Amino acid sequence: MKIKTWLTGLAAATVLIGGSAWADKTILNVSYDPTRELYQEFNAAFTKHWEEKAREKVAIKQSHGGSGKQARSVIDGLEADVVTLALANDIDAIAEKAKLLPDGWQKRLAHNSTPYTSTIVLLVRKGNPKNIKDWNDLARPGVSVITPNPKTSGGARWNYLAAWEYGKRTYGDDAQAKEFVTKLYKNVPVLDSGARGSTTTFVERGIGDVFISWENEAFLAIRELGPNKFEIIAPSISILAEPSVAVIDKVVDKKGTCQVAEAYLQHLYSEQGQEIAARNFYRPANARVAAKYANQFPSIKLFRIDDAFGGWKNAHKLHFADGGTFDQIYQK
Amino acid sequence: MTVIALPVSSLAHRARPTEEPVWVRWTLIGLALAFLTLFLFVPLISVFYEALKKGWAVYIAAITEPDAVSAIQLTLTAAAIAVPLNLIFGIAAAWAIAKFEFLGKNLLTTFIDLPFSVSPVVSGLIYVLVFGLQGWLGPWLAEHDIKVIFAVPGIVLATIFVTVPFIARELIPLMQSQGTEEEEAAVVLGARGWQILFRVTLPNVKWGLLYGTILCNARAMGEFGAVSVVSGHIRGSTNTLPLHVEILYNEYNFAAAFAVASLLAMLALVTLALKTLIESKNMQNDKGKNR
Repeated sequence: MKIKTWLTGLAAATVLIGGSAWADKTILNVSYDPTRELYQEFNAAFTKHWEEKAREKVAIKQSHGGSGKQARSVIDGLEADVVTLALANDIDAIAEKAKLLPDGWQKRLAHNSTPYTSTIVLLVRKGNPKNIKDWNDLARPGVSVITPNPKTSGGARWNYLAAWEYGKRTYGDDAQAKEFVTKLYKNVPVLDSGARGSTTTFVERGIGDVFISWENEAFLAIRELGPNKFEIIAPSISILAEPSVAVIDKVVDKKGTCQVAEAYLQHLYSEQGQEIAARNFYRPANARVAAKYANQFPSIKLFRIDDAFGGWKNAHKLHFADGGTFDQIYQK
Repeated sequence: MTVIALPVSSLAHRARPTEEPVWVRWTLIGLALAFLTLFLFVPLISVFYEALKKGWAVYIAAITEPDAVSAIQLTLTAAAIAVPLNLIFGIAAAWAIAKFEFLGKNLLTTFIDLPFSVSPVVSGLIYVLVFGLQGWLGPWLAEHDIKVIFAVPGIVLATIFVTVPFIARELIPLMQSQGTEEEEAAVVLGARGWQILFRVTLPNVKWGLLYGTILCNARAMGEFGAVSVVSGHIRGSTNTLPLHVEILYNEYNFAAAFAVASLLAMLALVTLALKTLIESKNMQNDKGKNR
């Protein structure tokens, strides 16, 4: 008879069901790892803007993770109204594998659908104890390097390509570049799945001498954890990282959120959106806002992926697809 | 003095041959305690220390903030669905396995153990392969606007999967050791199936059942791997407590992360206390029976 009492108790527990906050429309922004703080601020601004403009309450949900992993989730059915990922190639994968948006998506918004850019810098511990000045120092024996896994993280792919291009320009050709990158990755003790995981590894767990990082992520780590712990080293050359954004057509058509989703991405290009991006250490696309915040960023010679690698499709096939150069060097 | 003292102590020693010398005993006890302190108590205390480091206000704010509340609700919902289902399944499976002979019994036992041996990540991926947009049922589900993965049903499914063995595994050896005599007696006395279950079988295993349920519940609330794969990590809708802890930690929000983690730690402590209570009751029961 006691058993009956337990059963009723458990049945009563099942009645607990959660409700959600009320809004006219809900959109989901599936993003990559380091944009958490950016979109927290931007979402609040856009919600207010949209209420004034369209008299509609919009709730914006966020999901963050390694860029490649997030794209995989959208392909597998995560219903993102918009994606704001670390690189165009991940959105290409969604267009290609799941046909959720057309192939020409990158032409739909200004600046190749890239409202803000960033680059890759080196974050070292205060005082730079291993005397790291440029990419070649990362391949030195005895230097421990932290970078995420290029298979799952977009940032890690930018890191990899930046190092590769440095190797190619410094030592002459692709074969030399491969040798350099191989040496560099021999110094990597752990590959996290996303940029934020790597930041935690370097910053919180204290592993590694140098962290190859998104510029914005490096600034954020310094802002959050104190300027007396880390410093940013600007390498002689780095890659112009272009994180792309897109509306996922099939999802917004089904949910009837097309208008608000498009306005959401457009607002990233507005003065307000650009200011928020700059305040979160992304390099704004808008020239006026960029000029205003120019002092904030170190000046680094930047190259574009289109010029150095012939675009993401080629770079992906050569370096990150199964059997690509990353697989070759990391298996050894 | 010492010359006399020595033989006395060795005599006393010989009197109890099963006992190790004092120093061996204390070294072993000391080692065990040091190990427990280092790997169990210190981390546990540090969770609460970190959680309360910035004061009660921050602690309360961290666990009452909307995303945290939604994570708590989701975790409770998942456990509230998974535990009763596993309770029914566990009793049914254990009853069938322990009290009856049938074809495929070994196979069933193996299947019950499967979630123990499969990595939680793999069990999560199984659901993605079946219910994902590119999976077997995905296109059909999308057509009918039914969301399974990256939504609450997926999280509940994953939770059920990883907690299946807890109750059944607890009950099977217990029921087997009790044999079928009491049930046979009940049949002879004219009891029917349900009467036998509720009046004879279940009362005999009640402590084991409760123990299994508590363990099942603890795992259901604490599961990370499988749920992480099917969650999609949407804040405020598909984040469970353990996932929420990870997010907060990754956002440099250490006080809040540990505050939410302390909720999970408290769950573990309550589980432990209940388990100890049940075990002591169980022992009293056994003693009572023997007398």
